[in-house]
Amino acid sequence: MTSTQKLAERPRTFVYDRAERRLAVRMVAPSLILMFLVAAVPIGYAIWLSLHQYSVRQAGLSRFVGLDNYLDALSSGAWWSAFGQTFTFTAASVSLELVLGTAMALLLNMTFRGRGLLRTLVLLPYAILTVVSAITWQTMFEPTLGLVTTVLRGLGLPGGDIVWLGESGYAMAVIVLADVWKTAPFVALLVLAGLQVIPDEVYEAAELDGSTKWTTFVNITLPLLKPAIVLAAIFRTMDALRVFDLPFVLTRGANGTESMSMLAYTELRENRLVGEGSALSILTFLTVMAVSVIYIRFAGGNIRAAAQEKQ
Amino acid sequence: MSTVLDERRAAAQASPRPRLTRKPLRRGESRLHPLTWFFVLAVMAFSLVPFYWLINTSLKAGASLGAGELFPSQPTLDNYLVVFRNPDFFLALRNSVIIAVVTTAVALVFASFAAYALARLKMKRKALLLTLILSVTTFPAIAIAAPMFSIWREIGLYDTLIGLIIPKLTFALPLAIYTLTSFFREIPKELEESAYIDGASPFLAFRKVILPLAVPGLATTAILVFISVWNEFLLAVTLTTSPESRPVPVAIAFFNGTSEYDQPIGAISAASVLITIPLVILVLVCQKRIVAGMTAGAVKG
Repeated sequence: MTSTQKLAERPRTFVYDRAERRLAVRMVAPSLILMFLVAAVPIGYAIWLSLHQYSVRQAGLSRFVGLDNYLDALSSGAWWSAFGQTFTFTAASVSLELVLGTAMALLLNMTFRGRGLLRTLVLLPYAILTVVSAITWQTMFEPTLGLVTTVLRGLGLPGGDIVWLGESGYAMAVIVLADVWKTAPFVALLVLAGLQVIPDEVYEAAELDGSTKWTTFVNITLPLLKPAIVLAAIFRTMDALRVFDLPFVLTRGANGTESMSMLAYTELRENRLVGEGSALSILTFLTVMAVSVIYIRFAGGNIRAAAQEKQ
Repeated sequence: MSTVLDERRAAAQASPRPRLTRKPLRRGESRLHPLTWFFVLAVMAFSLVPFYWLINTSLKAGASLGAGELFPSQPTLDNYLVVFRNPDFFLALRNSVIIAVVTTAVALVFASFAAYALARLKMKRKALLLTLILSVTTFPAIAIAAPMFSIWREIGLYDTLIGLIIPKLTFALPLAIYTLTSFFREIPKELEESAYIDGASPFLAFRKVILPLAVPGLATTAILVFISVWNEFLLAVTLTTSPESRPVPVAIAFFNGTSEYDQPIGAISAASVLITIPLVILVLVCQKRIVAGMTAGAVKG
């Protein structure tokens, strides 16, 4: 390679480099500006609203109250019970979804007749409206016409007279069930994608070493699946913490099923308390963000490792 | 130009499953253990029985609604007639279609540019930007809905379609960017390099070479964004109040029967069934795309 060639090449790549960076900024900027307008501005305004108290009777009348709305919320039983119920829901539904989703993924990874059909079937609940899934489970647990009541009564089993959505523990259980039904397929698909990248040689080696199926699963499959499962756990947790549709349709937040989002919505829309409702929304926002920071802090390494493996 | 992708896709499809052969693929499991069959049936039942009961309920009216029959003895389409006679149902459908189509289109246009830059171009602080974008998808919608409720009522966008499309972009846009970025990453880098050598500018390479190749990825992203916008409930219920702007999920949640004496659950079930049919068809037709889109961002980081 002669020196003249080198000289001729250098400015060319340099120009492309700069053009590329400039183009990158221009291509990203519209999205960032739009996201700033539809995400950062509203949240900033919500903080502003939450620092004021608004007259319910007279529109436009407000006064600055500082952090009073937050202090009121944090010292109220309503916030903490919604907080507790949201985390109960999240813990129960996410752990069930992870177990069931992983089991479904293991099934879907086997070869048998009808696997394609099963794959399609498990995907169906994922695609329907959450509101419809709530209604579906409402029909299952209706006191008179529900399938559960009908079957329990028909078989003469106890529990035929329970009003499932009308009692504290049961109402939460139905909501968890509706969520698991709808989103376990999502976990299954993520885990299945993780299963499919495990090379067959790993299993062959384990078999040669005389490992039983269970030890292979615990010592090889599960550790290799960990990144996929952790990722599914993060996605599901962030989603479960903002649960709204299911309690809205099934109980309207009654019987121990009020989520943080439900409580803020009720204050804002039904009670017309703009300041209080905004404070509750910001508290919900901060809670969800805190959980995501904790997740990234403890599981971030996993995700990065998974990302690097793929590259 | 598309042959490269076609070949990759064909190779990906051909390799993992020789379907009809009885030979085992993994760990020597050609014949399923009876217990495994039990689990397969249990999963199928868990997925399907609730659907069956929803349909079952939608076919019952009057006394048989409360009779708790496993099979409706006098199946009737009365509930469906109630839904069809309700003008709000069609209004809601129209609203949902407009909202979902417009939101998806706008998000896709913005996202295709941003995702390309984030996936392929040299840029500072790329990882930080992607993290930021991904974190927006985890925002609780109530934190957007609460201030929007106040802003829209002041400037008159409350209870309008455009007033619903704008905040829906908050979640549709980052979802689109995130999904598309992973699709752009899959396209071989050599294609742009050869376009550069032919004298194309980076933007021309994007428009003429990469974008046509990314059509499957764009379609997948469009489906995922469309489903998520269609499904979204909290913003919709907070920012609308009249049938003229309520989308389907809200309309169904507030659906009433013909009269107050009617058990509305029959009609609500019928409306739910009707609204689910197009989504089921969409899933059946686009199954592979949906699965690819849901897992693309996840597995590839």
